[in-house]
Amino acid sequence: MSLRGKAAIVGAWEHPTRFAPNKTMFQIMAESARGALDDAGLTIKDVDGLCTTGVGMGWMGLLGFCDYLNLTPSYVDSTAIGGSSFVAHTAHAAAAIAAGLCETVLIVYGSTAASQRFAIGTGGVAGGGEPCDQYELPFGPTTVGSYAMIAQRHMHDYGTTPEQLAEVAVIARQHAALNPDAKYREPITVADVLASRIVSSPLHLLDCCMISDGGGAVVVTSAERARDLKKPPVYLLGAGEAVRHTARGTRDFLEVAAAQSGRLAFERAGVSHREIDLAMVYDSFTITVIVTLENLGFCKRGEGGAFVSGGRLRFDGDFPLNTDGGGLSSNHPGMRGMFLLIEAARQLRGEAGARQVRDCQIALVHGTGGNLGTRHSGATLILSNQVG
Amino acid sequence: MAAESKAYAKPLPHLDEENRPWWEALKRHELYLQRCRDCGATRYYPRALCPECLSSQTEWLRSRGAGKVYTFTTTWQNATPGFRESLPYVLAYVELDEGLKLLTNIVDCPPEQVRIGMPVTVVFDDVTPEVTLAKFRPVP
Ligand SMILES: [Zn+2]
Repeated sequence: MSLRGKAAIVGAWEHPTRFAPNKTMFQIMAESARGALDDAGLTIKDVDGLCTTGVGMGWMGLLGFCDYLNLTPSYVDSTAIGGSSFVAHTAHAAAAIAAGLCETVLIVYGSTAASQRFAIGTGGVAGGGEPCDQYELPFGPTTVGSYAMIAQRHMHDYGTTPEQLAEVAVIARQHAALNPDAKYREPITVADVLASRIVSSPLHLLDCCMISDGGGAVVVTSAERARDLKKPPVYLLGAGEAVRHTARGTRDFLEVAAAQSGRLAFERAGVSHREIDLAMVYDSFTITVIVTLENLGFCKRGEGGAFVSGGRLRFDGDFPLNTDGGGLSSNHPGMRGMFLLIEAARQLRGEAGARQVRDCQIALVHGTGGNLGTRHSGATLILSNQVG
Repeated sequence: MAAESKAYAKPLPHLDEENRPWWEALKRHELYLQRCRDCGATRYYPRALCPECLSSQTEWLRSRGAGKVYTFTTTWQNATPGFRESLPYVLAYVELDEGLKLLTNIVDCPPEQVRIGMPVTVVFDDVTPEVTLAKFRPVP
């Protein structure tokens, strides 16, 4: 059974907050749920499936959230694989809907990482209990450091330059200037990125995503039901997910999960790379975008630096990417996959205002979760405003 | 000895029944890898079963402790106690001559002189009475 065209995103809402010391995580999640359901023209009573990660929500967090909103869903999924989780949830929701397990799934996220002063990238790596941790944590890995080691190897093997990495941050900021909700909207140049301090070599501060508060939600339902709702449906055409890790000491670190998840998503969608009008690719760091685009097959391995250069990633360029400003400039509360979905939905519906991609019909969403240099997940979706 | 342990603020490994022999060997300044007696696959870090074929038949291979820097980063920011007082430090993957990569620190070398491909050799750092870490330094 193929999922192609079976389900659609019918509601999508991004919480406008970037700093919410006066709100709780559950409150942000609930407000996001309300926003996405209003967007769809549905009510909370229509929800019979729930996906959320449970991360930071206490022991068995999904149950706590069901209690908070008095939900009694027939389908639940708290897959927690880092920032890509919500992208994977969307595919799981579509599969559950297609299999008849439920009809309308709420996928929801909220975080107060900034107001709690949670050092996501440089607080050391969380954990300690897993076997692999015993051989890593004593040496001082950080999230930034994990990605920085990928960047260092990429530069060594392919001659990728700091200027090419910086280009990703510069374009993100240009897009943020067109997004009224983005946290950082002042223009920056390649020179500004290179002049910012090194956090973990070769990555500068402006190569790194921010830490903000935030939240968002999407609502997924059957294609049949989607046609009667308030907004144009955003159909799921194909999906894939994958994990990469240290592979018993044998890993090729420049081959990432996107290679597997992307191939599956393209095959299942029956779409070619040239048909993609918008790419929403997790930009935890500038290097993440370059390596992900290579592994998704948009360019050959080693060509990512050249691929992102020359303004190509602008919303009005050859290869529009992260048109909301991304984690580098719009928001990053810790697990950004949710906002990749929401911006893709906005663009496919023609709601992106000053940053609207012309004739945007097919979008690729790719979330990366975890740490590229140790263990990470990848989840890819191909979405469209029509089922061809 | 207790005072020395207390003074070491960085994270320490949790020793258990599965990994203790490996850590005890490190305490003797011996670095080991594992090889499956059934399928021949080598592995790092140590674990009870072969991930390739799930065999429990394991052979311990003594590593020569020689390899090359596969990749690295000089860390300038880390809020973790112990590390925040030792900035900058070099986090790296070393590819051992036996073919496996391990996460480690490059020591006895100014961070700006570390290069990918640089030949390195193991140095055993007895960080507490119970724990020795395998770090690497450039081959002179
Ligand atoms: Zn085996």
